[in-house]
Amino acid sequence: MATNPILVIGAGPVGLAAALDLAQRGQSVEVLDAGHSVSDGSRAICWAKRTLEIFHRLGLELVPSGITWQRGRVFKGARDLYQFDLQPGGLQQQPAFINLAQADVERALLDQLAGLGVPVRRGHTVVGVAPRDNGVSLEVETADGQLTLDTPWLLACDGARSTIRRCLGLPFKGKVFEDRFLIADVRMAADYPTERWFWFDPPFHPGQSALLHRQPNNIWRIDLQLGWDADPDHERQPAQILPRLHQMLGDRAFELVWASVYTFQCRRIERFAHGRVLFAGDSAHQVSPFGARGANSGIQDIDNLVWKLDRVIRGASPETLLASYDLERIEAADDNIGHSTRSTDFIAPKGPWAQALRGAVLDLAATHAFARPMVNSGRLSQASVYRASPLSSADTGFAAGPKPGMAIPDAPLGDRWLISSLGAGASLVRFGATLPAPDLTGIDVPADSVAWTRFDATPGTAYLVRPDGYVAARSRTPTPDWLATATARAMGASQ
Amino acid sequence: MSGLITTPNLANPDALYAELVAMAGDLSAEEALNRAARLILLLANHIGDPAVVSHAIQLAVAADQAD
Ligand SMILES: Cc1cc2nc3c(=O)[nH]c(=O)nc-3n(C[C@H](O)[C@H](O)[C@H](O)COP(=O)(O)OP(=O)(O)OC[C@H]3O[C@@H](n4cnc5c(N)ncnc54)[C@H](O)[C@@H]3O)c2cc1C
Repeated sequence: MATNPILVIGAGPVGLAAALDLAQRGQSVEVLDAGHSVSDGSRAICWAKRTLEIFHRLGLELVPSGITWQRGRVFKGARDLYQFDLQPGGLQQQPAFINLAQADVERALLDQLAGLGVPVRRGHTVVGVAPRDNGVSLEVETADGQLTLDTPWLLACDGARSTIRRCLGLPFKGKVFEDRFLIADVRMAADYPTERWFWFDPPFHPGQSALLHRQPNNIWRIDLQLGWDADPDHERQPAQILPRLHQMLGDRAFELVWASVYTFQCRRIERFAHGRVLFAGDSAHQVSPFGARGANSGIQDIDNLVWKLDRVIRGASPETLLASYDLERIEAADDNIGHSTRSTDFIAPKGPWAQALRGAVLDLAATHAFARPMVNSGRLSQASVYRASPLSSADTGFAAGPKPGMAIPDAPLGDRWLISSLGAGASLVRFGATLPAPDLTGIDVPADSVAWTRFDATPGTAYLVRPDGYVAARSRTPTPDWLATATARAMGASQ
Repeated sequence: MSGLITTPNLANPDALYAELVAMAGDLSAEEALNRAARLILLLANHIGDPAVVSHAIQLAVAADQAD
């Protein structure tokens, strides 16, 4: 059994990222997927800074092939209500967001996996799962017949309709939003600024909402809210779609590349870690797309999980370290579900009172600044915060900067960047501190770096940073004892 | 508690009541609801303290069971 590879089920962005992270840490891993190609149709397009930082660590440079953006604009009717800027401070290696088709991200991940010789077996459908002592047995259907495979660890990245979840009988509970959305990609030459444009009640689609987003190669993503009464089969017909798009785009020539009609849900399973079966991505949690929290949170799951699993397999940490994956990423999923639910409730208010309140916010926002932060067209994905992490040490003496349980901000360090200087294991970020960092990656922040302000540092300050770039502990007067205790805790030593 | 004042605190309650009626007195239920919602948002922002607003929400809901 010990020689069998870890199996990742699902070659979506989450499963592929998991396999890549595992392989780069020296683990033997294979990916199985029921499908025969990368995602078809159009799914995720918006990739957040945190995801780009993780992809950069995995060796992917997607920014040159994507559309970089950081500003959004919200309209009410024909009126420009307000704008927001997701990265006003600048001075970070990665942009706030890029737009790039999910299939292109999957291709980039597949290229990296091919370079490492990691097998990705398509046409392999998991149909049965039997957890056993120290491993899992799988029944897999292929064109050549049924296989039984054993693996010490199973990563269930098989998406929102997860077979593995169903085989284990795990309920996937949450809320369905009673509304329908037409999601279309069109090709057109247009010179709109590279911003996320969102309309409430636009003149071209009265009483509903609309979203316009630029993708590479003159492709534009358009979301049109249709209401719960819309008939999805009827709305999927080009004869129905084209007039709606003409209303929006006027006489501009365009070509419809792809379209579908969706109803959105927010839900999750109760726990993500089930012994040797670990759920990540849409198999574990699902959100509505307003806020781009689906794939982005799935990639954060992997960033949180893989360093822990690697240490557990190597015997460097106890298996109980994986309980922190459950705890931290469930907190993250609840946060993402909360945000997506509030956004969807604002975009599609149900009942006279919710409609009146939404209308009141939009009416006031035009003239009163206080109402603008209440306008909710999607709160865009950021690094989650782990407020109750068992890996974090107590925090005293800081008024600002990232607390234990928060992802570190990036900053330039001379000709390098802080986040890409982190080690594969834990790192010690020192601000004029002389503390030795045995077995850690030591990073000394130069005196002129903006990192001093971003970390609320004074001379002598040190931050212990986990392999996933989260703060485990920080101190203004670090000692070797402090460091040893905090490192042991961060690596899951029993307390 | 939150600091929400529930004892008489208006110098001229009749005048305020009349002003509130006049704000939306000749509107349909739907239009009146929209105006009332704007007023609530303006006042809630002025109060600022979420505990005070939450307490007021609780009391408003509890008054359903008053009789
Ligand atoms: C219209 C739309 C827009 C979106 N926009 C965004 C966005 O801008 N940003 C964002 O972050 N997210 C967005 N999302 C969400 C995003 O697409 C998903 O969160 C993401 O695909 C989840 O990735 P995953 O790898 O967990 O699952 P998936 O991508 O669903 O991959 C699951 C894989 O598992 C395979 N599989 C399933 N069952 C089996 C089985 N039994 N055996 C073997 N293989 C199996 C499937 O073939 C599939 O390849 C959007 C979604 C939609 C629908």
